[in-house]
This record gives sequence, structure tokens and C-alpha cells, in this order.
Amino acid sequence: MTDVEAQAQHTGLAHQFQDLEQQQEADALGIWLFLVTEIMFFGGLFASYAIYRWLYFAAFEGGSHILDVRLGATNTMVLLGSSLTMALSVRSAQTGSRRATVAFLIATMVLGGIFLGIKGVEYNQKFVEHVVPGLDWAPEGETLARLAPGGVEHGEMYFIFYFAMTGLHALHMIIGMGLLLWLVVRARKGAFTAHYFAPVEVVGLYWHFVDIVWIFLFPLLYLIGGRY
Amino acid sequence: MSQPIVPQRTYILVFFGLISLTILTTAVAFVDLGPFNTVAALAIAFSKMLLVVLFFMGVRHSSSLVRVIVIAGLFWLALLMGLTTSDYHTRSWTSAPQSWSTTAPPTHP
Repeated sequence: MTDVEAQAQHTGLAHQFQDLEQQQEADALGIWLFLVTEIMFFGGLFASYAIYRWLYFAAFEGGSHILDVRLGATNTMVLLGSSLTMALSVRSAQTGSRRATVAFLIATMVLGGIFLGIKGVEYNQKFVEHVVPGLDWAPEGETLARLAPGGVEHGEMYFIFYFAMTGLHALHMIIGMGLLLWLVVRARKGAFTAHYFAPVEVVGLYWHFVDIVWIFLFPLLYLIGGRY
Repeated sequence: MSQPIVPQRTYILVFFGLISLTILTTAVAFVDLGPFNTVAALAIAFSKMLLVVLFFMGVRHSSSLVRVIVIAGLFWLALLMGLTTSDYHTRSWTSAPQSWSTTAPPTHP
């Protein structure tokens, strides 16, 4: 093993880069470009949601009213908490504290798990209320009364958006959880130092992005349906 | 990029700011403001997004190149939303022929 190779293994510098700073610059650029494609990916859904909400306003208000605001708000706070622990994990990696990095990564995973758990409870509730388009669509009683003014078939459209948007978001969360697990394993082995922690930072940016998607989903799906 | 190490306090303050805004947006949803409910909800969500992007994602200390990419992403999103919604909102402004059968075909001399 040459000196250069030994140094590369020590610092985590890939051979195509001149120095760590250039490598970090490229890493940041790469993940941000990916996040821009993600903005457009979710943006398409948000744009079609805007159009359908405008077309079937009453139905979307009724559908929104069926969701549980308490669960939605709790989940928002849980996810914001996970963003905090993620930011602190990156900070710990910057300062070279391996134990704190791992601890904050695990805390992020736990909060992400709580989010998905609450989401699961909500999805189950949709099956109980028979408002799952395609699989179990037979709203009755109070649920039907809420959807009826805007047209039940248009209410179904609302729930298609609900499941498509929260489902896609949950899928991103699950992928994020996998990435966090991979980081925990690597961090425990001591793969990151105060000079090289790009993977922690890159996954952190992805995690914060997923948090931002939820920041918009929460008011759009749960709140702007005339709660008063 | 060699970003400066931000004090832990900053992150915790930003977190409490985000929680306060979440409580605010939830509370506002229970007050009838007419169309301004939607405006308030989106304005608060946008402020929360800025807090996360600038502090948690560290764009405050990012290079100009990264900033340009972030702004470009938001700009293309604005184009997507703006042009799509303006299309739907203005479709009824002009009358379009309903079908071929109801209008007489143009006569050529």
C-alpha cells in the first residue's frame, strides 16, 4: 500500500478529488441536485392537488374534516424532533464525537419509527371508516355526511391524494430509515472523523427534505378544510 | 465547504421555533378567516421550510453554487404551480367551440 492509498483510507478521500474540501463541495452539490429532482417529483403531486382542490372544493374540505388533526399535529412535532436530532448528529460528526453521532442517529430512527407507527394507526382508521379508494370505499354514517355535500365520488379523489401523497412520503421515510441504519453501522465502526463525515451530512439533507415535504402536507391535508 | 460548527443552542432554538409555528398553524385552522385560512397555513408552512433549509440544512453557510441550485429548484416549482393554476383559472375566460357537430363548418367560396 502506497502512502497516498493509506492516506485515502484514513481520510475517506476518493482518488478523483484533489482534497477533502473539493470532495465535500461535490457531495453537497450532488445531493442538492437530487433534492431538486425530488422537489419536482413531489411538486407534480402538489400541483395536481391544488387543481383538484380548486375543482372539488367542498369535497376536499369534507375529506380533510375526516382526518384526525391531533394525530397529524403530533406527527408533525415528532418529525420536527427527528430533524433536530439529525442536525445534532451531523454536528456531533463535525466535532468528531462518535458516541454522540451514533446516539443522535438512533434517536432520529426512533422518532422516525414513531412517525410511521402513528401513520399506520391513521391508515388503519381509514379502513375502519371505509375511506380507502380502490380497496375499501364505502363511507357511511357521519363520514358519508361529511363527504356528501361535495359529492362522494369527489371525496374519493381527496383520499386518492391523501394516500398517494402520505404514502410516497412514508416510502421516503422508510428509505431514510434504511440509510440511517447504514450510518449507525458505519459510525460505530469509526468510519467518520471530524474531517470526513459526508455520508452523515448527505443523509441528513435528505432527511430534512422529507421533513419539509411533511411541513407542507400537514396543513394542506389536515388543516385547510374548515376546522372551525 | 468546511462549514462552521453551529452551537447546539441554535438548533434547539430553531426546533422550538418550528414547534411554536406548528401549534400556531393548528390553532389558526380553528378560527374562521375565510380565504385567509389557506393563506395563513401556506405562509406558516413556508416560514417553517425556510427555518429548516437555512438552519438545519445549513444553507446559511453554503457555497453560492449550492444556493443557486436551491433557488433554481424553488423557481422551477413556482413555474410548475404558477403556469398550471393560471391555465385552469383562465380556461373559462374565452369561449371554446363545444363540439364539431354544433357549429357549422366554414364555407369556402
